[in-house]
Amino acid sequence: MRHFLDFEKPIAELEAKIEELRQMSEPQGPEGGINIADEVGRLSAKVERELRGTYARLTPWQKTQVARHPDRPKATDYVAGLITEFTPLAGDRAFADDAAIVGGIGRFRGRAVAVLGTEKGSDTESRVAHNFGMSRPEGYRKARRLMELAGRFNLPVLSFVDTSGAFPGIDAEARGQAEAIARSIDACLAAPVPLVATIVGEGGSGGAIALAAGDAVLMLEHSIYSVISPEGCAAILWKDQAQAAAAAEALKLTAEDLRRLRLIDRIIAEPLGGAHRDPQAAVAAVGDAIALALAPLAELDGTALRARRRDKFLAIGHDTLI
Amino acid sequence: MSWLTEYVRPKIRTLLGRREVPDNLWTQCPSCQQMLFAAELERHRRVCHHCGHHLRVPAPQRLEWTLDAGSYTRVELPKVAADPLRFRDTKRYTDRLREAREKTGLEDALVVAHGTIGGHKAVVAVMAFEFIGGSMGAAVGEGIVAAAKLAVLQQAPLIVFTASGGARMQEGAISLMQMPRTVAAVQMVREAGLPFITVLTDPTTGGVTASFTMLGDVQIAEPGAEIGFAGARVIEQTVREKLPEGFQRSEYLLAHGILDMVTKRADLPATLARVIGLLTVAHQEAA
Ligand SMILES: [Zn+2]
Ligand SMILES: [Zn+2]
Repeated sequence: MRHFLDFEKPIAELEAKIEELRQMSEPQGPEGGINIADEVGRLSAKVERELRGTYARLTPWQKTQVARHPDRPKATDYVAGLITEFTPLAGDRAFADDAAIVGGIGRFRGRAVAVLGTEKGSDTESRVAHNFGMSRPEGYRKARRLMELAGRFNLPVLSFVDTSGAFPGIDAEARGQAEAIARSIDACLAAPVPLVATIVGEGGSGGAIALAAGDAVLMLEHSIYSVISPEGCAAILWKDQAQAAAAAEALKLTAEDLRRLRLIDRIIAEPLGGAHRDPQAAVAAVGDAIALALAPLAELDGTALRARRRDKFLAIGHDTLI
Repeated sequence: MSWLTEYVRPKIRTLLGRREVPDNLWTQCPSCQQMLFAAELERHRRVCHHCGHHLRVPAPQRLEWTLDAGSYTRVELPKVAADPLRFRDTKRYTDRLREAREKTGLEDALVVAHGTIGGHKAVVAVMAFEFIGGSMGAAVGEGIVAAAKLAVLQQAPLIVFTASGGARMQEGAISLMQMPRTVAAVQMVREAGLPFITVLTDPTTGGVTASFTMLGDVQIAEPGAEIGFAGARVIEQTVREKLPEGFQRSEYLLAHGILDMVTKRADLPATLARVIGLLTVAHQEAA
């Protein structure tokens, strides 16, 4: 059963009609079948027009919902689709393995790489297992460990970011959530290997930047990247969570906004109607974009990469915003 | 001296009525609720002499209480784009900025100076909680980077006093980018072989804690400061549990291994001088 968002109602109704017609076409005679096929074709074209229209002018708040769509491909889908010989590596070597961040080594189009991803899970069971993509300190410490390992063995790092943010919990704070995130950012900037980060769903605040301070930062077309959730921002600045749509607008959190502000390097186009309508195509598009981003970086040595990466972040706000 | 706070204050109140008491003459201790006489409170460096509570300190005053008298010079910080998002909630961001500037006399939530602490040269950056909650936007990030560059240039340690409610939401993802930018600043100081010392004051939360603050070679906090990543209310709503006693306070973080020490305000300059002296001797000898 396909999951529809509120603003997709006209599309949902059309597709329900198509489904109904398809069910009818079975027991009927050949003439009826032809008419039904025509009608299905006509409705399908309408669905496509409707999708094109709707998805071409999604509001920031609608994009937020697309970015959080339950059927949207998750970090592990990208790993499964793009990485061969994937070998998960676990643990922070101090306290635990945090499943909100998955990591390991494998091959991307033949080249050995290290992989990191914030994983939200795709059904109730896996969502709970991955703590809805909200990592505790151990996740960021694992990320840091794997980035350091990648540096020692000259493996480019690919990260897939999809998180509402770091886990706000008593245990997380007690074990140094802030320190773990700070060290993970530190590790990103210090890595002597290419780091290509892709925001595939939600890029939520410190929990996202912990894995995304990279040489190339890519964003899927309908993903979001923000310092705070629209709901959180609305609660604080508007004192009213119902103003989330206004906050989403004001925060400039869409891929287009971030590209315009020069905070990301590239937008990856999504299949018509969003990545959740054609996960395979979305995974392939992300793979192509990563390959494109990685090629020029692979030519630079560790010192040059680090200097370039640091300069890139230090330059934010200089030539671009004033 | 408590006769002044305990007996004179109520008398003044009855004589003049609440409204007529000049606001700046008396401050109520947020911890023990005692009324503290302004001149005396300043003399105690804004520490309540009844209960020892450390009240917040305006950033320029902090420079005065940290660096050797007459030794320091305020540094002009780089200008950044004002209101790049044209942000407006119930108020325009540009109006919030203007009001904060009028209220504090500061450009943004960071002041930087270079001078000496106990005779040791140092670059000191102080976050101003009084300026939009010490929130970190491009100006604060740029100021931390400038302070780091100055420290490297002067071959001096960098000391940052933190006080922040977190990110400057009105700058959206630009404020988020100040996390890696300030981490890059710390890396510059580290690579130059210079000490980076953070002094965490009340409150230090959000993206400021989760970036440069937690990368100190030595991390000192004032007593009783609220320090954490997530806000206490958000945590309470998420875990639906009562927060433990003293949660996210300096002493709690010290007990959990996240800080090196908790130091009273009066002892900070001497402690900083000692730490700088110990960490920079080898550096000076090598040079
Ligand atoms: Zn006294
Ligand atoms: Zn008191």
